[in-house]
Amino acid sequence: MDLPFLYETFLTLISAVPLTLQLAASAIILGAVLALGLALCRLSGILPLDWLARAYIFVFRGTPLLVQIFLIYYGLGQFREVRQSMFWFVLRDPYWCAVIALMLNTASYSAEIIRGGLLAVPHGQIEAARACGMSRLLVFRRITMPLAIRQALPGYSNEMISMVKATSLASVITIMEVTGVAAKLISETYRAVEVFMVAGAIYLAINFILTRFVAIAEYQMSPHLRQPASLRDVPAAEAR
Amino acid sequence: MTSKQSAAAAITVRGLRKSFGPVEVLKGIDLTAREGEVISILGSSGSGKSTMLRCINMLETPDAGDITVADETIRLRPAARGKMRIADRKQVARIRSQLGMVFQSFNLWSHKTVLENIIEAPLHVQKRPRAECIDEAEALLAKVGIAEKRHHYPAHLSGGQQQRAAIARALAMRPKVMLFDEPTSALDPELVGEVLRVMRSLADEGRTMLVVTHEMGFARDVSSRVVFLHQGAIEEEGLPQDMFTNPQSDRFRKFISN
Repeated sequence: MDLPFLYETFLTLISAVPLTLQLAASAIILGAVLALGLALCRLSGILPLDWLARAYIFVFRGTPLLVQIFLIYYGLGQFREVRQSMFWFVLRDPYWCAVIALMLNTASYSAEIIRGGLLAVPHGQIEAARACGMSRLLVFRRITMPLAIRQALPGYSNEMISMVKATSLASVITIMEVTGVAAKLISETYRAVEVFMVAGAIYLAINFILTRFVAIAEYQMSPHLRQPASLRDVPAAEAR
Repeated sequence: MTSKQSAAAAITVRGLRKSFGPVEVLKGIDLTAREGEVISILGSSGSGKSTMLRCINMLETPDAGDITVADETIRLRPAARGKMRIADRKQVARIRSQLGMVFQSFNLWSHKTVLENIIEAPLHVQKRPRAECIDEAEALLAKVGIAEKRHHYPAHLSGGQQQRAAIARALAMRPKVMLFDEPTSALDPELVGEVLRVMRSLADEGRTMLVVTHEMGFARDVSSRVVFLHQGAIEEEGLPQDMFTNPQSDRFRKFISN
Protein backbone atom coordinates (compact mmCIF):
# COMPACT_ATOMS: atom_id res chain seq x y z
CA MET A 1 0.00 0.00 0.00
CA ASP A 2 1.39 3.29 -1.12
CA LEU A 3 -0.27 5.51 1.47
CA PRO A 4 1.24 8.82 0.35
CA PHE A 5 -0.04 8.14 -3.18
CA LEU A 6 -3.49 7.27 -1.87
CA TYR A 7 -3.51 10.45 0.19
CA GLU A 8 -2.44 12.56 -2.75
CA THR A 9 -5.08 10.92 -4.93
CA PHE A 10 -7.66 11.61 -2.24
CA LEU A 11 -6.71 15.30 -2.13
CA THR A 12 -6.95 15.54 -5.92
CA LEU A 13 -10.31 13.79 -6.12
CA ILE A 14 -11.85 15.63 -3.19
CA SER A 15 -11.41 18.88 -5.11
CA ALA A 16 -13.88 17.49 -7.66
CA VAL A 17 -16.50 16.63 -5.06
CA PRO A 18 -18.25 20.04 -5.21
CA LEU A 19 -18.89 19.55 -8.93
CA THR A 20 -20.25 16.05 -8.33
CA LEU A 21 -22.55 17.37 -5.58
CA GLN A 22 -23.63 20.27 -7.75
CA LEU A 23 -24.51 17.95 -10.62
CA ALA A 24 -26.40 15.58 -8.33
CA ALA A 25 -28.23 18.34 -6.46
CA SER A 26 -29.35 20.21 -9.60
CA ALA A 27 -30.45 16.99 -11.27
CA ILE A 28 -32.37 15.82 -8.20
CA ILE A 29 -34.07 19.16 -7.52
CA LEU A 30 -35.00 19.93 -11.13
CA GLY A 31 -35.90 16.27 -11.65
CA ALA A 32 -38.23 16.32 -8.64
CA VAL A 33 -40.14 19.30 -10.05
CA LEU A 34 -40.50 17.59 -13.42
CA ALA A 35 -41.39 14.30 -11.71
CA LEU A 36 -44.16 15.94 -9.71
CA GLY A 37 -45.58 17.36 -12.92
CA LEU A 38 -45.39 13.96 -14.60
CA ALA A 39 -47.00 12.20 -11.63
CA LEU A 40 -49.83 14.74 -11.63
CA CYS A 41 -50.29 14.22 -15.38
CA ARG A 42 -50.52 10.47 -14.78
CA LEU A 43 -53.16 10.99 -12.09
CA SER A 44 -55.02 13.84 -13.81
CA GLY A 45 -57.56 11.59 -15.46
CA ILE A 46 -57.04 13.64 -18.63
CA LEU A 47 -56.10 11.05 -21.24
CA PRO A 48 -53.72 13.10 -23.42
CA LEU A 49 -51.73 14.22 -20.36
CA ASP A 50 -51.71 10.70 -18.95
CA TRP A 51 -50.42 9.24 -22.22
CA LEU A 52 -47.83 11.97 -22.62
CA ALA A 53 -46.44 11.20 -19.18
CA ARG A 54 -46.58 7.45 -19.83
CA ALA A 55 -44.67 7.86 -23.10
CA TYR A 56 -42.08 10.07 -21.43
CA ILE A 57 -41.53 7.60 -18.60
CA PHE A 58 -41.40 4.69 -21.05
CA VAL A 59 -38.68 6.32 -23.13
CA PHE A 60 -36.47 7.77 -20.39
CA ARG A 61 -36.73 4.77 -18.10
CA GLY A 62 -36.25 2.32 -20.92
CA THR A 63 -33.06 3.71 -22.46
CA PRO A 64 -29.59 3.88 -20.87
CA LEU A 65 -28.58 7.13 -19.21
CA LEU A 66 -25.26 6.99 -21.05
CA VAL A 67 -27.06 6.92 -24.38
CA GLN A 68 -29.23 9.85 -23.28
CA ILE A 69 -26.14 11.85 -22.32
CA PHE A 70 -24.51 11.15 -25.69
CA LEU A 71 -27.66 12.02 -27.59
CA ILE A 72 -28.13 15.33 -25.79
CA TYR A 73 -24.49 16.39 -25.93
CA TYR A 74 -23.42 15.12 -29.36
CA GLY A 75 -26.80 14.51 -30.98
CA LEU A 76 -28.59 17.82 -30.55
CA GLY A 77 -25.62 19.83 -31.86
CA GLN A 78 -26.04 18.09 -35.23
CA PHE A 79 -29.16 20.09 -35.96
CA ARG A 80 -28.67 23.55 -37.31
CA GLU A 81 -32.04 24.58 -35.82
CA VAL A 82 -30.75 23.70 -32.37
CA ARG A 83 -27.47 25.51 -32.92
CA GLN A 84 -29.35 28.62 -33.99
CA SER A 85 -31.99 28.41 -31.29
CA MET A 86 -32.10 30.39 -28.06
CA PHE A 87 -31.25 27.19 -26.15
CA TRP A 88 -27.88 26.73 -27.79
CA PHE A 89 -25.97 28.66 -25.13
CA VAL A 90 -27.20 26.00 -22.67
CA LEU A 91 -26.94 22.97 -24.93
CA ARG A 92 -23.39 23.74 -26.08
CA ASP A 93 -22.20 23.57 -22.48
CA PRO A 94 -21.33 19.99 -21.38
CA TYR A 95 -22.22 20.83 -17.77
CA TRP A 96 -25.77 21.79 -18.66
CA CYS A 97 -26.09 18.84 -21.04
CA ALA A 98 -25.17 16.54 -18.16
CA VAL A 99 -27.62 18.26 -15.78
CA ILE A 100 -30.39 18.05 -18.37
CA ALA A 101 -29.74 14.36 -19.12
CA LEU A 102 -29.56 13.44 -15.44
CA MET A 103 -32.65 15.48 -14.65
CA LEU A 104 -34.73 14.02 -17.49
CA ASN A 105 -33.65 10.52 -16.49
CA THR A 106 -34.29 10.82 -12.75
CA ALA A 107 -37.66 12.47 -13.40
CA SER A 108 -38.91 9.34 -15.15
CA TYR A 109 -38.15 7.14 -12.15
CA SER A 110 -39.17 9.71 -9.53
CA ALA A 111 -42.50 10.33 -11.25
CA GLU A 112 -43.52 6.75 -10.54
CA ILE A 113 -42.26 6.94 -6.95
CA ILE A 114 -44.21 10.15 -6.35
CA ARG A 115 -47.29 8.70 -8.04
CA GLY A 116 -47.10 5.76 -5.65
CA GLY A 117 -46.87 8.16 -2.71
CA LEU A 118 -49.85 10.18 -3.91
CA LEU A 119 -51.94 7.04 -4.44
CA ALA A 120 -51.14 5.87 -0.91
CA VAL A 121 -52.78 8.92 0.70
CA PRO A 122 -56.02 7.72 2.30
CA HIS A 123 -58.97 9.06 0.32
CA GLY A 124 -60.95 9.78 3.48
CA GLN A 125 -58.38 12.32 4.66
CA ILE A 126 -58.60 14.17 1.34
CA GLU A 127 -62.39 14.10 1.55
CA ALA A 128 -62.30 15.51 5.07
CA ALA A 129 -60.16 18.38 3.78
CA ARG A 130 -62.54 19.10 0.92
CA ALA A 131 -65.48 18.93 3.32
CA CYS A 132 -63.87 21.75 5.35
CA GLY A 133 -64.04 24.02 2.32
CA MET A 134 -60.39 23.77 1.36
CA SER A 135 -59.55 24.60 -2.25
CA ARG A 136 -57.90 21.90 -4.34
CA LEU A 137 -54.54 23.63 -4.05
CA LEU A 138 -54.83 23.95 -0.28
CA VAL A 139 -55.81 20.28 0.07
CA PHE A 140 -52.80 19.33 -2.02
CA ARG A 141 -50.37 21.57 -0.15
CA ARG A 142 -51.53 20.90 3.40
CA ILE A 143 -52.79 17.30 3.33
CA THR A 144 -51.96 15.28 0.21
CA MET A 145 -48.37 16.35 -0.35
CA PRO A 146 -47.04 15.95 3.22
CA LEU A 147 -48.56 12.47 3.44
CA ALA A 148 -47.34 11.51 -0.03
CA ILE A 149 -43.79 12.69 0.64
CA ARG A 150 -43.66 10.65 3.81
CA GLN A 151 -44.83 7.59 1.87
CA ALA A 152 -42.48 8.15 -1.05
CA LEU A 153 -39.34 9.01 0.90
CA PRO A 154 -37.85 5.51 1.34
CA GLY A 155 -38.24 4.77 -2.37
CA TYR A 156 -37.10 8.22 -3.31
CA SER A 157 -33.88 7.91 -1.30
CA ASN A 158 -32.94 5.01 -3.58
CA GLU A 159 -33.35 7.28 -6.56
CA MET A 160 -31.25 10.03 -4.96
CA ILE A 161 -28.44 7.57 -4.29
CA SER A 162 -28.63 6.36 -7.87
CA MET A 163 -28.33 9.94 -9.06
CA VAL A 164 -25.18 10.61 -7.01
CA LYS A 165 -23.58 7.60 -8.65
CA ALA A 166 -24.96 8.43 -12.08
CA THR A 167 -23.11 11.76 -12.09
CA SER A 168 -20.00 9.70 -12.81
CA LEU A 169 -21.33 9.20 -16.36
CA ALA A 170 -20.96 12.92 -16.96
CA SER A 171 -17.22 12.28 -17.19
CA VAL A 172 -17.74 10.91 -20.73
CA ILE A 173 -18.68 14.39 -21.95
CA THR A 174 -15.53 16.01 -20.57
CA ILE A 175 -16.87 16.98 -17.16
CA MET A 176 -14.21 16.79 -14.49
CA GLU A 177 -16.26 15.57 -11.59
CA VAL A 178 -14.86 12.85 -9.31
CA THR A 179 -14.80 10.08 -11.91
CA GLY A 180 -13.55 12.43 -14.62
CA VAL A 181 -10.64 13.52 -12.45
CA ALA A 182 -9.99 9.88 -11.50
CA ALA A 183 -9.81 8.85 -15.16
CA LYS A 184 -7.37 11.68 -15.85
CA LEU A 185 -5.22 10.64 -12.89
CA ILE A 186 -5.14 7.07 -14.18
CA SER A 187 -4.05 8.17 -17.64
CA GLU A 188 -1.18 10.01 -15.95
CA THR A 189 -0.15 7.36 -13.40
CA TYR A 190 -1.51 4.03 -14.78
CA ARG A 191 -2.55 3.11 -11.23
CA ALA A 192 -6.18 2.28 -11.88
CA VAL A 193 -6.88 0.15 -8.81
CA GLU A 194 -5.75 2.69 -6.23
CA VAL A 195 -7.35 5.66 -7.92
CA PHE A 196 -10.70 3.97 -8.44
CA MET A 197 -10.63 2.63 -4.88
CA VAL A 198 -10.34 6.17 -3.59
CA ALA A 199 -13.02 7.37 -6.00
CA GLY A 200 -15.35 4.58 -4.88
CA ALA A 201 -14.74 5.45 -1.24
CA ILE A 202 -15.65 9.07 -1.93
CA TYR A 203 -18.99 8.09 -3.51
CA LEU A 204 -19.59 5.77 -0.56
CA ALA A 205 -18.99 8.63 1.88
CA ILE A 206 -21.31 10.99 -0.01
CA ASN A 207 -24.06 8.40 -0.06
CA PHE A 208 -23.53 7.59 3.62
CA ILE A 209 -24.14 11.23 4.50
CA LEU A 210 -27.09 11.38 2.11
CA THR A 211 -28.77 8.34 3.66
CA ARG A 212 -28.25 9.83 7.14
CA PHE A 213 -30.00 13.01 6.03
CA VAL A 214 -32.88 11.01 4.57
CA ALA A 215 -33.15 9.00 7.78
CA ILE A 216 -33.35 12.23 9.80
CA ALA A 217 -35.99 13.62 7.44
CA GLU A 218 -37.95 10.40 7.69
CA TYR A 219 -37.78 10.47 11.48
CA GLN A 220 -38.97 14.06 11.63
CA MET A 221 -41.83 13.41 9.25
CA SER A 222 -43.24 10.46 11.13
CA PRO A 223 -43.95 11.36 14.75
CA HIS A 224 -47.44 9.99 14.13
CA LEU A 225 -45.99 6.54 13.42
CA ARG A 226 -44.02 6.37 16.65
CA GLN A 227 -45.27 5.65 20.11
CA PRO A 228 -45.77 8.93 21.95
CA ALA A 229 -43.48 9.70 24.87
CA SER A 230 -46.37 9.59 27.32
CA LEU A 231 -47.24 6.02 26.31
CA ARG A 232 -43.60 4.91 26.40
CA ASP A 233 -43.44 6.06 30.02
CA VAL A 234 -46.25 3.78 31.10
CA PRO A 235 -44.44 0.42 31.12
CA ALA A 236 -41.45 2.02 32.85
CA ALA A 237 -43.68 3.40 35.59
CA GLU A 238 -45.39 0.05 36.03
CA ALA A 239 -42.07 -1.75 36.22
CA ARG A 240 -40.98 0.33 39.15
CA MET B 1 -92.33 21.90 17.86
CA THR B 2 -94.25 24.87 16.45
CA SER B 3 -91.27 27.17 16.88
CA LYS B 4 -89.12 24.79 14.86
CA GLN B 5 -91.78 24.48 12.16
CA SER B 6 -91.61 28.20 11.57
CA ALA B 7 -87.83 28.59 11.86
CA ALA B 8 -85.84 29.44 8.74
CA ALA B 9 -84.71 26.59 6.50
CA ALA B 10 -81.04 25.74 7.04
CA ILE B 11 -80.89 23.15 4.28
CA THR B 12 -83.37 22.48 1.51
CA VAL B 13 -83.10 19.47 -0.77
CA ARG B 14 -85.37 19.39 -3.83
CA GLY B 15 -85.76 16.50 -6.28
CA LEU B 16 -82.35 15.03 -5.49
CA ARG B 17 -81.36 12.19 -7.82
CA LYS B 18 -78.14 10.24 -8.03
CA SER B 19 -77.05 7.13 -9.90
CA PHE B 20 -73.85 5.16 -9.73
CA GLY B 21 -73.58 3.47 -13.11
CA PRO B 22 -76.84 1.61 -13.72
CA VAL B 23 -77.85 1.75 -10.05
CA GLU B 24 -80.21 4.56 -9.12
CA VAL B 25 -79.30 5.31 -5.51
CA LEU B 26 -81.50 8.37 -4.94
CA LYS B 27 -84.83 8.64 -6.72
CA GLY B 28 -85.94 12.17 -6.01
CA ILE B 29 -85.51 13.26 -2.40
CA ASP B 30 -87.20 16.31 -0.91
CA LEU B 31 -86.14 17.37 2.56
CA THR B 32 -86.02 20.58 4.53
CA ALA B 33 -83.97 20.98 7.68
CA ARG B 34 -85.02 24.00 9.70
CA GLU B 35 -82.71 25.79 12.08
CA GLY B 36 -82.44 23.95 15.38
CA GLU B 37 -83.80 20.68 14.02
CA VAL B 38 -82.06 17.39 14.66
CA ILE B 39 -83.01 15.03 11.85
CA SER B 40 -82.13 11.35 12.08
CA ILE B 41 -81.91 9.65 8.72
CA LEU B 42 -82.56 5.93 9.01
CA GLY B 43 -82.61 3.15 6.49
CA SER B 44 -81.05 -0.20 5.77
CA SER B 45 -77.68 -0.29 4.05
CA GLY B 46 -77.98 0.62 0.39
CA SER B 47 -81.01 2.80 1.00
CA GLY B 48 -79.04 5.87 -0.10
CA LYS B 49 -78.90 7.70 3.23
CA SER B 50 -75.12 8.28 3.19
CA THR B 51 -75.21 9.29 -0.47
CA MET B 52 -77.91 11.81 0.33
CA LEU B 53 -75.81 13.35 3.08
CA ARG B 54 -72.73 13.43 0.84
CA CYS B 55 -74.71 15.17 -1.90
CA ILE B 56 -75.56 18.00 0.48
CA ASN B 57 -71.91 19.09 0.72
CA MET B 58 -71.08 17.97 -2.81
CA LEU B 59 -68.77 15.11 -1.90
CA GLU B 60 -71.05 13.44 -4.40
CA THR B 61 -72.41 15.54 -7.23
CA PRO B 62 -76.14 15.04 -7.76
CA ASP B 63 -77.49 14.06 -11.19
CA ALA B 64 -80.52 16.28 -10.68
CA GLY B 65 -82.08 18.43 -8.01
CA ASP B 66 -81.30 21.50 -5.97
CA ILE B 67 -79.40 21.80 -2.72
CA THR B 68 -79.90 25.06 -0.86
CA VAL B 69 -77.84 25.92 2.19
CA ALA B 70 -78.80 29.08 4.09
CA ASP B 71 -80.70 30.50 1.10
CA GLU B 72 -77.85 29.87 -1.33
CA THR B 73 -78.53 27.24 -3.99
CA ILE B 74 -75.49 25.33 -5.20
CA ARG B 75 -74.94 25.99 -8.88
CA LEU B 76 -74.49 22.92 -11.05
CA ARG B 77 -74.10 22.67 -14.80
CA PRO B 78 -74.83 19.78 -17.12
CA ALA B 79 -71.98 17.41 -17.99
CA ALA B 80 -71.65 14.35 -20.21
CA ARG B 81 -73.93 11.29 -19.92
CA GLY B 82 -76.72 13.06 -18.04
CA LYS B 83 -74.49 13.94 -15.10
CA MET B 84 -73.96 17.32 -13.49
CA ARG B 85 -70.82 19.06 -12.38
CA ILE B 86 -70.03 21.82 -9.96
CA ALA B 87 -70.32 25.17 -11.70
CA ASP B 88 -68.51 27.31 -9.14
CA ARG B 89 -65.86 25.68 -6.95
CA LYS B 90 -65.53 28.79 -4.80
CA GLN B 91 -69.22 28.72 -4.01
CA VAL B 92 -69.05 25.05 -3.05
CA ALA B 93 -66.00 25.67 -0.87
CA ARG B 94 -67.81 28.53 0.86
CA ILE B 95 -70.90 26.39 1.48
CA ARG B 96 -68.82 23.44 2.66
CA SER B 97 -67.15 25.64 5.26
CA GLN B 98 -70.62 26.24 6.74
CA LEU B 99 -71.36 22.51 6.97
CA GLY B 100 -69.45 20.50 9.57
CA MET B 101 -69.01 16.94 8.35
CA VAL B 102 -68.30 13.98 10.61
CA PHE B 103 -67.36 10.75 8.88
CA GLN B 104 -67.87 7.12 9.79
CA SER B 105 -64.12 6.49 9.69
CA PHE B 106 -63.18 9.80 11.44
CA ASN B 107 -60.76 10.81 8.66
CA LEU B 108 -58.55 12.84 10.95
CA TRP B 109 -55.34 13.96 9.23
CA SER B 110 -52.84 11.41 10.41
CA HIS B 111 -49.75 13.64 10.15
CA LYS B 112 -51.19 16.32 12.42
CA THR B 113 -51.82 16.31 16.15
CA VAL B 114 -55.35 16.60 17.46
CA LEU B 115 -54.90 20.34 18.04
CA GLU B 116 -53.37 20.84 14.58
CA ASN B 117 -56.29 18.95 13.07
CA ILE B 118 -58.74 21.30 14.73
CA ILE B 119 -57.05 24.60 13.89
CA GLU B 120 -56.16 23.62 10.31
CA ALA B 121 -59.30 24.78 8.54
CA PRO B 122 -60.11 27.82 10.73
CA LEU B 123 -56.53 28.97 10.18
CA HIS B 124 -56.13 28.27 6.46
CA VAL B 125 -59.69 28.38 5.11
CA GLN B 126 -61.27 31.05 7.31
CA LYS B 127 -57.91 32.75 7.88
CA ARG B 128 -58.66 33.56 11.50
CA PRO B 129 -55.84 34.60 13.85
CA ARG B 130 -53.81 31.69 15.17
CA ALA B 131 -54.20 32.53 18.86
CA GLU B 132 -57.97 32.73 18.50
CA CYS B 133 -58.06 29.38 16.67
CA ILE B 134 -56.01 27.70 19.37
CA ASP B 135 -58.13 29.14 22.20
CA GLU B 136 -61.29 27.97 20.51
CA ALA B 137 -59.79 24.56 19.74
CA GLU B 138 -58.82 24.05 23.38
CA ALA B 139 -62.33 24.98 24.49
CA LEU B 140 -63.82 22.53 21.99
CA LEU B 141 -61.47 19.76 23.09
CA ALA B 142 -62.51 20.35 26.70
CA LYS B 143 -66.13 20.23 25.60
CA VAL B 144 -65.75 16.84 23.89
CA GLY B 145 -63.64 15.63 26.83
CA ILE B 146 -60.22 15.06 25.28
CA ALA B 147 -58.36 18.22 26.30
CA GLU B 148 -55.43 16.17 27.59
CA LYS B 149 -54.99 14.52 24.17
CA ARG B 150 -54.41 17.73 22.23
CA HIS B 151 -50.79 16.99 21.37
CA HIS B 152 -51.41 13.35 20.46
CA TYR B 153 -51.59 12.04 16.93
CA PRO B 154 -54.82 10.38 15.80
CA ALA B 155 -53.17 6.96 15.59
CA HIS B 156 -52.56 7.12 19.35
CA LEU B 157 -56.22 7.64 20.24
CA SER B 158 -59.07 5.20 20.62
CA GLY B 159 -61.85 5.24 18.03
CA GLY B 160 -64.17 7.11 20.36
CA GLN B 161 -61.54 9.74 21.09
CA GLN B 162 -60.79 10.10 17.38
CA GLN B 163 -64.45 10.62 16.58
CA ARG B 164 -64.79 13.20 19.34
CA ALA B 165 -61.74 14.98 17.93
CA ALA B 166 -63.36 14.87 14.49
CA ILE B 167 -66.52 16.43 15.93
CA ALA B 168 -64.40 19.17 17.50
CA ARG B 169 -62.67 19.70 14.15
CA ALA B 170 -66.05 20.17 12.44
CA LEU B 171 -67.29 22.51 15.18
CA ALA B 172 -64.17 24.66 14.91
CA MET B 173 -65.44 26.01 11.59
CA ARG B 174 -68.50 27.41 13.44
CA PRO B 175 -70.78 25.59 11.00
CA LYS B 176 -74.44 26.41 10.52
CA VAL B 177 -75.31 22.72 10.21
CA MET B 178 -73.55 19.55 11.36
CA LEU B 179 -73.69 16.51 9.09
CA PHE B 180 -72.99 13.14 10.68
CA ASP B 181 -72.42 10.14 8.41
CA GLU B 182 -72.85 7.05 10.60
CA PRO B 183 -70.59 8.52 13.29
CA THR B 184 -70.69 5.47 15.56
CA SER B 185 -70.74 2.63 13.04
CA ALA B 186 -66.96 2.08 13.08
CA LEU B 187 -66.71 2.08 16.87
CA ASP B 188 -66.46 -0.74 19.36
CA PRO B 189 -69.76 -1.02 21.24
CA GLU B 190 -68.31 0.30 24.49
CA LEU B 191 -67.06 3.47 22.74
CA VAL B 192 -70.37 4.35 21.10
CA GLY B 193 -71.77 5.95 24.26
CA GLU B 194 -69.10 8.64 24.62
CA VAL B 195 -69.68 9.85 21.04
CA LEU B 196 -73.46 9.79 21.38
CA ARG B 197 -73.19 11.81 24.59
CA VAL B 198 -71.28 14.53 22.75
CA MET B 199 -73.84 14.51 19.94
CA ARG B 200 -76.68 14.72 22.41
CA SER B 201 -75.08 17.75 24.08
CA LEU B 202 -74.83 19.44 20.68
CA ALA B 203 -78.51 18.73 20.07
CA ASP B 204 -79.34 20.21 23.49
CA GLU B 205 -77.52 23.41 22.50
CA GLY B 206 -79.98 23.77 19.65
CA ARG B 207 -77.59 22.97 16.83
CA THR B 208 -79.00 22.00 13.48
CA MET B 209 -77.94 18.43 12.79
CA LEU B 210 -78.47 15.84 10.07
CA VAL B 211 -77.53 12.44 11.40
CA VAL B 212 -77.31 9.30 9.31
CA THR B 213 -77.33 6.58 11.92
CA HIS B 214 -78.21 3.08 12.98
CA GLU B 215 -78.60 4.15 16.61
CA MET B 216 -82.31 3.76 17.24
CA GLY B 217 -82.00 5.14 20.75
CA PHE B 218 -80.49 8.37 19.47
CA ALA B 219 -83.12 8.68 16.72
CA ARG B 220 -85.96 8.11 19.18
CA ASP B 221 -84.74 10.15 22.14
CA VAL B 222 -82.65 12.98 20.70
CA SER B 223 -83.88 13.83 17.23
CA SER B 224 -86.74 16.20 16.54
CA ARG B 225 -87.61 14.44 13.30
CA VAL B 226 -86.95 11.06 11.75
CA VAL B 227 -86.63 10.35 8.04
CA PHE B 228 -86.73 6.75 6.87
CA LEU B 229 -85.21 6.02 3.48
CA HIS B 230 -85.95 2.92 1.47
CA GLN B 231 -84.38 2.20 -1.91
CA GLY B 232 -83.53 5.81 -2.60
CA ALA B 233 -86.82 7.40 -1.61
CA ILE B 234 -88.29 8.74 1.61
CA GLU B 235 -90.65 6.03 2.79
CA GLU B 236 -91.79 7.69 5.98
CA GLU B 237 -90.96 10.77 8.02
CA GLY B 238 -92.31 12.38 11.12
CA LEU B 239 -91.82 13.00 14.81
CA PRO B 240 -89.88 10.24 16.51
CA GLN B 241 -92.52 9.62 19.16
CA ASP B 242 -95.15 9.08 16.46
CA MET B 243 -92.98 6.97 14.18
CA PHE B 244 -91.60 4.64 16.81
CA THR B 245 -94.89 4.07 18.59
CA ASN B 246 -97.12 4.04 15.55
CA PRO B 247 -95.21 3.41 12.33
CA GLN B 248 -97.28 4.03 9.22
CA SER B 249 -95.37 1.94 6.67
CA ASP B 250 -94.78 -1.79 6.83
CA ARG B 251 -91.16 -1.33 5.92
CA PHE B 252 -90.41 1.01 8.80
CA ARG B 253 -92.32 -1.28 11.17
CA LYS B 254 -90.14 -4.17 10.00
CA PHE B 255 -87.02 -2.00 10.18
CA ILE B 256 -87.51 -1.04 13.85
CA SER B 257 -88.60 -4.53 14.90
CA ASN B 258 -85.24 -5.93 13.79
